[in-house]
Amino acid sequence: MNTIVCVKQVLDPEIPPAKFKIDAEAKQVIPPPGVPPVISVYDERAVEAACRLKDKHKGKITVISMGSAKASDVIKHAISMGADDGFVLQDEAFENLDSFGTAYVLGKAIQKIGGYDLVLCGRQAADWGAGQVGSILAEILGIPVVTLAFAIEAVDKKLRVKRVLNDGYEVLEAPMPSLITVSSEIGLPRLPGGMGLMLARKKQIPVWKAKDIGAESSQLDKAKAHTEVTSLSVPTRKTECELITGGTPGEAGVNLALKLIKLI
Amino acid sequence: MDTHKGVLVCGEIAEGKLAPMTIELLGVGRKLANELGEDLSTLLMGSKTGGLGQEAIAYGADKVYMAEDGLLDNYNSDAYTQVTADLCRKVFPSIMLLGHTDVGCDLAPRLNGRLGGGLAMDCMALSVDPTTKLLVSTRLVFGGNAHATVISKSARPQMATLRPKTVPPAERNDSRQGQVIPVEGKIDPSALKIRVVERIKEEVEGVKLEDAEFVVTGGRGIGSAQNWGMVRELARVLGGAVGATRPACDEGWAAVTLQVGQSGKVVSPKLYIAVALSGAMSHISGCLGSKCIVAINKDKEANIFNVAHFGIVGDYKEVLPALTAKLKELKSA
Ligand SMILES: Cc1cc2nc3c(=O)[nH]c(=O)nc-3n(C[C@H](O)[C@H](O)[C@H](O)COP(=O)(O)OP(=O)(O)OC[C@H]3O[C@@H](n4cnc5c(N)ncnc54)[C@H](O)[C@@H]3O)c2cc1C
Ligand SMILES: Nc1ncnc2c1ncn2[C@@H]1O[C@H](COP(=O)(O)O)[C@@H](O)[C@H]1O
Repeated sequence: MNTIVCVKQVLDPEIPPAKFKIDAEAKQVIPPPGVPPVISVYDERAVEAACRLKDKHKGKITVISMGSAKASDVIKHAISMGADDGFVLQDEAFENLDSFGTAYVLGKAIQKIGGYDLVLCGRQAADWGAGQVGSILAEILGIPVVTLAFAIEAVDKKLRVKRVLNDGYEVLEAPMPSLITVSSEIGLPRLPGGMGLMLARKKQIPVWKAKDIGAESSQLDKAKAHTEVTSLSVPTRKTECELITGGTPGEAGVNLALKLIKLI
Repeated sequence: MDTHKGVLVCGEIAEGKLAPMTIELLGVGRKLANELGEDLSTLLMGSKTGGLGQEAIAYGADKVYMAEDGLLDNYNSDAYTQVTADLCRKVFPSIMLLGHTDVGCDLAPRLNGRLGGGLAMDCMALSVDPTTKLLVSTRLVFGGNAHATVISKSARPQMATLRPKTVPPAERNDSRQGQVIPVEGKIDPSALKIRVVERIKEEVEGVKLEDAEFVVTGGRGIGSAQNWGMVRELARVLGGAVGATRPACDEGWAAVTLQVGQSGKVVSPKLYIAVALSGAMSHISGCLGSKCIVAINKDKEANIFNVAHFGIVGDYKEVLPALTAKLKELKSA
């Protein structure tokens, strides 16, 4: 079973809100100093899903990430978890692409890699969270797509996928190859083992430019972007919080009850 | 681009009726269409669409496209994408609106991929720019830390999924006139690649999270499945529902369907009690509509205190039992 996983490197989403700063003019976030970027949460879980399939059915996991040269870090992270190979897609022409541009570049790389049974994406990136690259990519590759998966099994050359629903879930059967987007309900990703970390450290991560994957500049023309961000702002909302106290925490609890009973 | 006109709402039918989300979309759709001076239409799919066409008209649609086929009774990604894309290629909507629901989350990005439109997902507000006449979609980005507005200059349709319950439902007016138009063409079964094996509805005990007037949400700080019982007990005494942060779901203390936040449920109860959770924006964006937020956290710097109305800085293990016992006593008095 050969799986390709698309992983994005993002600003650490767990930085405290107080540290979150933007450049409204440039419509960009200013990364706080000293906080390294991380693999996007859902993408890490997509790597986990790929590893679980590999544990059972063997095969190969290839990871791709479009971004800066530093994106090799997230690929190495995936390799330390159990992925085999990875490529960074980095080119000036790839900077600030919209969802279509991103899907186009990922699609080109996937076509170059070839021989896949499954492509995995996260349900949405932890930064801009567009929530659409996976589905657009599937349309570009011309393969079926299942979104919001929280369990994936391979049975008789078919994929059995559980998809999160608002009030439960559905079980779907998809052919191979298909594209699946992974949601957090799949569960926590594994911690890299010593062996994995060693393999990752040694691994060379090739960088593919636009010409290496045959990406055409007409498809990367920002003037023809499908979507454009016109403003970015940080909402200010601060509520006056009345702190309830007491001689002991228990007393504070009793005093809170006396307040709340009026609202019930 | 000028060939694209009008607003098309992708409707949903739930238990034989127009889904509440669809009625909300018809409300905003009508407003946008009026501002553009164009038509509002809606697409309904399924074999039991009966009088729903007239109903959609009463809620504001000028035209209702009916795709009647048993294959469309339940959501099927391949079938819905095919029917909706075919209709868009016939009627060329300028704007297309979907709900950010189980259906919309899957259908919108795929449809966008097929049509080459411009899509913004999970929007909190939609408007038409008075000068450019373009759709302006506002959405949360960076886990709810920031708001972004998105436009599509040239790609059509301009698409958006709207978060449920962000706009009031359309008002019903049964004297409104409109047209019900059957959608011709059969679904090509060979294009249906994905088979729905089964759909499992998870029964929740007690009140449904989205409908609850009182919600008690526990976070990672609860620490164990056993202590989670205290969160449940408080919810039970209040006659409310239990919610959870993502780490609490990851730990398995609470069912995944109880996650509150950007990637979980959006709730707006009368009272939201947040216990041992830090108040990450991606969590808070799911409960900001609550009338009263109460925070119980041992760290006075926790972000949850920035959005709470009442707070206790302290260990929940000592606060919660006392709070629960006192509420129980006061309620029975
Ligand atoms: C794209 C994206 C989407 C996300 N979507 C969601 C979502 O929908 N919902 C969601 O919840 N999260 C979501 N997250 C995760 C979110 O960013 C936070 O990681 C998460 O909400 C933190 O959960 P928490 O507050 O329970 O844990 P923590 O941040 O670890 O906070 C635990 C808190 O418990 C307090 N505490 C510990 N012990 C005690 C005690 N004994 N008494 C009192 N207080 C105590 C601590 O002071 C601390 O403040 C998302 C993240 C991303 C990137
Ligand atoms: N630059 C990127 N490199 C690799 N994968 C990406 C990139 N951007 C998006 N993806 C994939 O597409 C998913 C959805 O992203 P988005 O639609 O931007 O929210 C992510 O979870 C990734 O799996």
